[in-house]
Amino acid sequence: MEAIILQILNGLDKGGAYALIALGLTLIFGTLGVVNFAHGALFMLGAFVAVTLNHVMTLEKVVLSETETTAWGTPLEIRTPYIEDWFGETGAFLVDYSVPFALIVAVPFMLMVGIAMERGLIRYFYKRPHAEQILVTFGLAIVLGEIIKKFYGANPIPQSAPEAFAGSIDFGSGIVYPYWRLVYLFFSLAVIGAVMAFLQFTTFGMVVRAGMQDRETVGLMGINITRRFTIVFGLAAVVAGLAGVMYTPILPPDYHMGMDFLVLSFVVVVVGGMGSLGGAVAAGFLLGILQSFASMQEVTSILPGIDQIIIYLVAVVILLVRPRGLLGRKGVFED
Amino acid sequence: MGDVLKGVNRRGVLKGGAAVGGALAVPTIFTSNAWGYTNEPTGGSVTLGFNVPQTGPYADEGADELRAYELAVEHLNGGGDGGMLGTFSSKELGGNGILGKKVEYVTGDTQTKSDAARSSAKRMVEKDGAIMITGGSSSGVAVAVQAYCQEAGVIFMAGLTHSNDTTGKDKRANGFRHFFNSYMSGAALGPVLKNAYGSDRVAYHLTADYNWGWTTEESVKDFTEQQGWQTAAAVRTPLGAGDFSQYITPVLNSGADVLILNHYGKDMVNSLTQAVQFGLRDKQVNGKDFAIVVPLYSRLMAQGAGENVKGIYGSTNWHWSLQDEGSKAFVKSFGQKYGFPPSQAAHTCYVQAILYADACQRAGSFRPSAVGAALEGFSFDGLGNGPTEYRAEDHQCFKDVLVVKGKENPTSKFDVLEVVEVTPRAKVEYDASIFGGELGEFNDGA
Repeated sequence: MEAIILQILNGLDKGGAYALIALGLTLIFGTLGVVNFAHGALFMLGAFVAVTLNHVMTLEKVVLSETETTAWGTPLEIRTPYIEDWFGETGAFLVDYSVPFALIVAVPFMLMVGIAMERGLIRYFYKRPHAEQILVTFGLAIVLGEIIKKFYGANPIPQSAPEAFAGSIDFGSGIVYPYWRLVYLFFSLAVIGAVMAFLQFTTFGMVVRAGMQDRETVGLMGINITRRFTIVFGLAAVVAGLAGVMYTPILPPDYHMGMDFLVLSFVVVVVGGMGSLGGAVAAGFLLGILQSFASMQEVTSILPGIDQIIIYLVAVVILLVRPRGLLGRKGVFED
Repeated sequence: MGDVLKGVNRRGVLKGGAAVGGALAVPTIFTSNAWGYTNEPTGGSVTLGFNVPQTGPYADEGADELRAYELAVEHLNGGGDGGMLGTFSSKELGGNGILGKKVEYVTGDTQTKSDAARSSAKRMVEKDGAIMITGGSSSGVAVAVQAYCQEAGVIFMAGLTHSNDTTGKDKRANGFRHFFNSYMSGAALGPVLKNAYGSDRVAYHLTADYNWGWTTEESVKDFTEQQGWQTAAAVRTPLGAGDFSQYITPVLNSGADVLILNHYGKDMVNSLTQAVQFGLRDKQVNGKDFAIVVPLYSRLMAQGAGENVKGIYGSTNWHWSLQDEGSKAFVKSFGQKYGFPPSQAAHTCYVQAILYADACQRAGSFRPSAVGAALEGFSFDGLGNGPTEYRAEDHQCFKDVLVVKGKENPTSKFDVLEVVEVTPRAKVEYDASIFGGELGEFNDGA
């Protein structure tokens, strides 16, 4: 029983990341009709906002020791982070909480990246076939990955959760779960809830939803739907970026992490139903949980390798049974 | 007709045929193996091919390997302080290149993928004229490149490869490995783990699902079971899984009190970090403190895992804190050039380059069969691992093995491991036939 509860928690946790990326993907598809293969790169960019902020906060003052030497005979370098030198314990606190602080930096940064991406490139491909949209966004993802690799190298860069959340929580009965993973789960639920509420309860959201249903009619009513859709693209970029920032203590980021998540998230969107926000979220959590259960030894001993193909297997079955996905609408992606 | 055939008998025809056949074969013999060999150096320089992971999961190690090779080339050509050339027991190398030819090099990116590694080795041999290929940070890659080098007729001096198969069932005459292997790790770790944790333990293995992971799991399992341990489960995890949480959570309630992580590089950093996040290190099972073991350690990965390595046992081929003259000389050269100490990957690659150069020098030739014969059974000292021998039967180096532990109070970011035991060579030796495979004949190519 404990094993099942732990795997459900694992699945929800992983599913949270899938759902956040898939939410942005389907939001963009639903509003702009673009299949954005660069969305995983936005998740990766968010993670590197956290890495960059941590690097800036831990810039060190280097003083050469006059008495001690290294094993190779050069003077020993005594390193002290500037921020701790200037602000003492407050500085140490700021460094400790660099990942949560990165959320504040990530919001405007990712919004700008999203808007620049949409205005500078994506909008020229609105009326082009989906295949061309996929090619151009996939190319963009590769370019963004290579830029990150140029500055940060190819290797993962570990980030720490704040000290207060570094350990694990014991629920008793053998259920122990890391604090930060629970934080991530609640964070993803909060972001999903906020996006849904924004679209459901604000005038802006109402117009966007109307535009998703019938863009032409909304335009005929004198509403500049294009500008709103650009902002939606920025919003999707922010969601992916925030998901990336908070994921860094769970998985040390590297330039390729976006691609790793993109493929799975795209499957999530397809399973959930193209253009369906609720479907993307539901499918994200569902596939995350299934992936966790498929990794259990009891399962892999009967079906070796099932943990690596379960998501695709479920996608095939769902598309055979429900070709529009779990909550897909009629007419979407159907010419 | 009868006159024409008079005096011709069956024996005479066979003799004549053999003579004609032999005469026809002469030009082929003289143009291939007998005289020439692949990329025979003709000018004033000789080119070595450094095939290391420059991208992908083991890129950190690849970068360090490349640094070591550049240092070795510098020393072979008479630059710098000479490093371990001064402490090496063989005194054939004089800092004037190899056999008087200046050493040059080309590099390839293995990407830690067998097909990419084979392609880059092929490019270096066929386009760049490399006479020897060396490097790598994965056993899958080593086995693939070794097989290619055998076909191409060049020597392969393996880099970091720890699988038993490299010099076991997949060994080749043209391939040589200085690095230790999974069997030796298991043999060295078994008794140390028994001393540290007792003989009544239940282990749970998480194993990277490829060549190296399988042999490491097998060896560590064998040796811990010989010490009285039981194995609760051995679970295979995909290479580069990233998030190992779904594999770690079943450990919590499995009844196991030791987790053995047969992972390396990025996988090891992630799985160890996540195991600690799940509270395994602070857990009590069966009335005992839960323990984590990492059979193959490297200082680079220990740095990546940060504080999580504290108190965790493993084994390593070499460590920069060793105080023998060879290690001190190498650490000094490397540290002064790059500003930090070398990794075990850097050490084995530097040593392999020096050993190859020395073998050429002793053989008086770059011909693979001559160089290989010079390496076979070669005993040496002064290269950081104490007395060492390249065993002729399987081209595996035999030397002492280091058992290390994550340091509780590191003094710098490089000072993360401490050597807790040096297991003598005699305790990690084995019969060359136990892992199967055939060396075959040296191939000089054409």
